[in-house]
Amino acid sequence: MQGLKARALELLNDGTVSRVLGWKIGENTYDPEPAFFETAEAMEQFVYNNFCAANLSKYMIEASKLEGKTLVCLKPCDSYSFNQLLAEHRIDREKAYIIGVGCKGKLSIEKVKQSGLKGILSVTDTDPLKVETLYGDAEVAYKDAMLDRCHVCKGKEHVVYDELYGESEDTSDADRFEQVRAIEAMSPEEKFAFFQAELSKCIRCNACRNVCPACSCRKCVFDSNKFDSAQKANVDSFEEKMFHIIRAFHVAGRCTDCGECSRVCPQGIPLHLFNRKFIKDINALYGEYQAGADVDAKGPLTSFTTEDAEPGVVSQGGIV
Amino acid sequence: MKKIAITKLNDLYAAIAQNQSLLLPIKRAGQTNFGIWTEDAEVDLQTLKTVKSAKDAFFPQSENLYTCYKDGKKISIAPEKLQEESFVVFGMKGCDVRGAMVLDKVFLANPVDNYYAARREHGIIVSLACSQPEESCFCKAFGIDCAEPEGDVVTWLTADYLYWKPVTEKGEALTAQVADLLEDADDKAVSEQKAAIAATVEKLPYANISLEGWNGDALKEKFDSPLWEQLYKPCLACGTCTFVCPTCQCYDIKDYDTGNGIQRYRCWDSCMYSDFTMMAHGNNRNSQMQRFRQRFMHKLVYFPANNDGMYSCVGCGRCVDKCPSHLNILKVIKAFGKEGK
Amino acid sequence: MSVNEEFRPKIVAFCCNWCSYAGADLAGSSRLAYPADVKIIRVPCSCRVNPMFILRAFEKGADGVILCGCHPGDCHYSTGNYYTRRRMTMLFSMLDFIGVENGRTRVEWVSAAEGVKFSTTMNDFVAKIRSLGKNVRLGDLRCKD
Repeated sequence: MQGLKARALELLNDGTVSRVLGWKIGENTYDPEPAFFETAEAMEQFVYNNFCAANLSKYMIEASKLEGKTLVCLKPCDSYSFNQLLAEHRIDREKAYIIGVGCKGKLSIEKVKQSGLKGILSVTDTDPLKVETLYGDAEVAYKDAMLDRCHVCKGKEHVVYDELYGESEDTSDADRFEQVRAIEAMSPEEKFAFFQAELSKCIRCNACRNVCPACSCRKCVFDSNKFDSAQKANVDSFEEKMFHIIRAFHVAGRCTDCGECSRVCPQGIPLHLFNRKFIKDINALYGEYQAGADVDAKGPLTSFTTEDAEPGVVSQGGIV
Repeated sequence: MKKIAITKLNDLYAAIAQNQSLLLPIKRAGQTNFGIWTEDAEVDLQTLKTVKSAKDAFFPQSENLYTCYKDGKKISIAPEKLQEESFVVFGMKGCDVRGAMVLDKVFLANPVDNYYAARREHGIIVSLACSQPEESCFCKAFGIDCAEPEGDVVTWLTADYLYWKPVTEKGEALTAQVADLLEDADDKAVSEQKAAIAATVEKLPYANISLEGWNGDALKEKFDSPLWEQLYKPCLACGTCTFVCPTCQCYDIKDYDTGNGIQRYRCWDSCMYSDFTMMAHGNNRNSQMQRFRQRFMHKLVYFPANNDGMYSCVGCGRCVDKCPSHLNILKVIKAFGKEGK
Repeated sequence: MSVNEEFRPKIVAFCCNWCSYAGADLAGSSRLAYPADVKIIRVPCSCRVNPMFILRAFEKGADGVILCGCHPGDCHYSTGNYYTRRRMTMLFSMLDFIGVENGRTRVEWVSAAEGVKFSTTMNDFVAKIRSLGKNVRLGDLRCKD
């Protein structure tokens, strides 16, 4: 981390970049916040540890409008989001200086808490995590504290960068579509009950939308005051379904499966399932596609072939 | 002081629910929130903080105000019925109970909000002491005793028993309803727990955070501080902090076209949203910095200025736990503290 | 008499201006019957139909939604219906994924010359929705009274 900080400082000092977009040290190891640093003094609070989970690529939309270059730290999976934003002309490659930072799977304090620990006073980001709590000390295996998305890691390669810093590791140890398949195998009643239970927890905070690098519309359709269902209203009947289906649809074919939506949901709704269902269907019907892997690739829902399957395929045994 | 064995808690819930609806922390799809008790509900008293506070019990996230029906050329208006039956909210923590008192300042002041007032009048609060406070708790800073919270009945949960102490008339009446299930108890176990909680609270990292300098008089100096410009930057402008908060009270009123008429409803609003307080002339806060500042200025400056120094934060720490960018009121208070004012 | 015979579903049919709407016209002028439960909404092209239109129709009480456009290759705007095909496949698959009975939604290509196809398609679709019954999973409770 010291090396990364020194390098960033060097680039800031020699004028290559005007600011650094990274993470600022929090109150504890586990709560670093995304931050812009403009001075050497501010850089003292720069941190990069295994809890730096936030995907910074979306902040580049705003940074692209500023004077000068912004140094941005991207993890391998974040680089896909960056590329996708580039493909959509939402950010300016010339305004970014990308340091591809190493990642060995990111940790989540929620996961540590889920292991039953309460009153966490301090925690290390090592393997195993050493946790000091008000009610005794404990250890948690690194893998158990890792974000869900890291168990289906996209690999250790950055798809876009100016220079690399640190080692990455492919932490995938699970099947990305396993849960989707499990739901597909349910009866309509079971599927409906599952999503009803999950989506009725939604509080319409819009964190999933606001954190999503693919949700980059200047004004969201759900924020329109001419739209007769307020985006804020939490109504058990239908609004949540409408919101989440439409949101997933709007990012279908553009979602890189970065998993930020599920990471930030205060109610722990597995929102990534919607996106993965679309990805799985797209792969099955229109060929394997990874959004953000190639800036010049045509998106699956903005292209077609004359031989495409008919929508009736859904009721004729589903998409396999 | 009364007590009931925790093995018999379900009987207690059933007895309460016989006479009125009972809201308590229920685990559903992995998360614990306040919900209406039913036979098969998974009651969860172990989770310290429900994701959403108990605010919904008195001020629901979304509620209908009235409905307009059109019949030919005639329009009729049917106001929503006010709460007329009593209900019990069980398991509210000290911070949540204080949260309701903060809301009282807003909704029970003139002009009184009838919908809220009716719910407060008919709601019976059974609070629960926090046997294991957590690191993000800082209710002590606002003078809240989580070992003996306010409420109509106060309860303590130990390994074997739930201790039950009615405090108000409403609480006594509820106790009388379930008297058959309760047995007399001394307060030894309770005082032991209270001492243990007090000791834990002292060890909480933010329990003694200083609020010095945050008051109604600090308006201009705080408002103009250049710190906001730095603090707001990572904010995603989502509404998580406001929606999990027990004291955030802003709402929006909207119309919904049902096809047969119009429902006028209100729903929680968030100062983090770009259309918050949108008016015909536009928006009076048009940058995220201003929106971010509004939230903290409201809680720590404007509210105390209008309510005899009462802050509209109760230190529950939900926003600390839930902010996707790890921003929170503690970081704001500390950042200003470092400036020496 | 069973419940299903009494049930008169509300069906929304989005029809493209150039083929399917003309097909519906032809069905009419040829005196081919199709149930009055079908309410046609004319759109410039099948690809004008945003997934939100479909969800909105269900929300406000529709029991089935059918989308008709030109046959692939015959789109008035050359390629619009190819996009429709991909989009609707994705949307219908998602609706199936969250437990909405598949069969409540359908896409059918109907040309201006296919009055008979229009009529049989609508008869068939209405029968299907009658067999599925009322839409409860995508309706908004507020629209029920």
